[in-house]
Amino acid sequence: MSLKKIAIPTIAVIIFLLLWELLVWANGWPNFVMASPSDLGPAYVRYWDLFLINGWQTLWRTVAGLALAIVFGTALGMIMGFSKVMRDALYPLLVGFNAIPKATVVPIIALMFVGAHDFNTVLIAFMISFFPIAVSVSIGLSTLEPEYRDILRSLGASKMTIFWKIALPKTLPEFFGALKVAVTLAFIGTNLMEIVSPHGRGLGALFDSGRTNSDYPLMFAVLIALAFLGIVLYYVVVVLEKIFAGWAERQET
Amino acid sequence: MTALIDIKDVSHTFATDGGPLHVLDHLNISIEEGGFTAVVGPSGCGKSTLTRLVSGLMKPDEGEVWLHGERVKGPRSTVGMAFQNPVLLEWRTILDNVILPLEIVPNKLSRAERVDRAEFLLGLVGLTGFEDKKPSELSGGMRQRASLCRALVHKPEVLILDEPFGALDAFTREDLWQTMHKVKSEEPFTGLLITHDLRESIFLADQVVVMSGRPAHAQYIMDVPSTGERVIDDLYTPDSAERLNILRHQIQIAQGREPADVEAAQ
Repeated sequence: MSLKKIAIPTIAVIIFLLLWELLVWANGWPNFVMASPSDLGPAYVRYWDLFLINGWQTLWRTVAGLALAIVFGTALGMIMGFSKVMRDALYPLLVGFNAIPKATVVPIIALMFVGAHDFNTVLIAFMISFFPIAVSVSIGLSTLEPEYRDILRSLGASKMTIFWKIALPKTLPEFFGALKVAVTLAFIGTNLMEIVSPHGRGLGALFDSGRTNSDYPLMFAVLIALAFLGIVLYYVVVVLEKIFAGWAERQET
Repeated sequence: MTALIDIKDVSHTFATDGGPLHVLDHLNISIEEGGFTAVVGPSGCGKSTLTRLVSGLMKPDEGEVWLHGERVKGPRSTVGMAFQNPVLLEWRTILDNVILPLEIVPNKLSRAERVDRAEFLLGLVGLTGFEDKKPSELSGGMRQRASLCRALVHKPEVLILDEPFGALDAFTREDLWQTMHKVKSEEPFTGLLITHDLRESIFLADQVVVMSGRPAHAQYIMDVPSTGERVIDDLYTPDSAERLNILRHQIQIAQGREPADVEAAQ
């Protein structure tokens, strides 16, 4: 069973790489139009130390931004979930903020905090990824059936007790759904900063150096490395979801 | 006999988007200790508001609700509630769902004593062996049984049932009616049942209150002589048929339909 679980996605990835290789080969594209998977191997071998260093920088800053997004997004979601007034007040602001393309925010942030590269990158990763978390937590809390609250309230339970015993666990499935979206968004945020305002750190910077040196296989290799990191982090969330909200999964029968 | 639940001259109006909604109008209901009262009435006549008033989740605009000689001013742990929706917590086992109120209400029970208490109740309603199941693994009737155990686990004086059997099929419902009688003989409580089912009201209760249409008052009160545990066959006696007829007639009056017209139309 578990062998099958690993085998199916692995075969799918191999098929994808083969099709890609075939596409490039059939069209006779040179690698500056589109690199093929067989070009990637040499790029990784040649720059493996850069991939490790920059990959780590991208990863930790993404995770830091995501952690901030979780804390802030959950807090904001709680405020909006429990108070209709706050929900009405904050939603338009939040939607407006989310609608601003973050690529335009990057230069502003870069000017605001000149030189604080790590901070800036974490900030953009955070700004781009907290929205789905806040929205899902607020919806989860505001759609809690009143009977759930009444069961505890009629026993004299405090608001905090109701939150810990019922509202929080009941919101976890929605929360993890949003977290899966937020993970990939956070990567976009980190790389946006690394590419638009390069400062020599992270996979984005590596991508940028590939561009300036016309090293096209390197650029593609960076993209695949990013995809790999995204997949890893996504499955970390899946594992956490299984542990904390596994009850919401219907048994296959 | 002293009245354990006393609803004295209660009136209540909700502010809604469509203007004020006057739901209760000088309502008086009195329930004796150990009694079981069923409240029936047209849809939207404020029956659920009544449960919220008695449980202290809401305060009436006018009038008073008294529980055991004390005026109700807020939620109190001497009340147990069960709704049409069993609202079990899906992430907890059945056993932990039943124990939930004991985690809220102040008590000195150890974990083992809590488990004993929950297991006793689960046994009473026929759920022995399902302690470690999750609610999603149980049928609707079983979930409702578990919900009943949860309502009783902290030994409340008053059990409030807001259409608890409304969503169940007819056979499961009759099973649960009998379970209710069994539970009541083992675990005495004073009951307030909201229902749409007249047969259910005379099967379970010793007093049936028919509420009028909105704004509602107690339009008609019927006493059903208590004969201890009842069996389904009791519903098919001439006495029961007559009671059901009277109640049906009263509901029609409450709905504002002239009984004569209804009969003419049939």
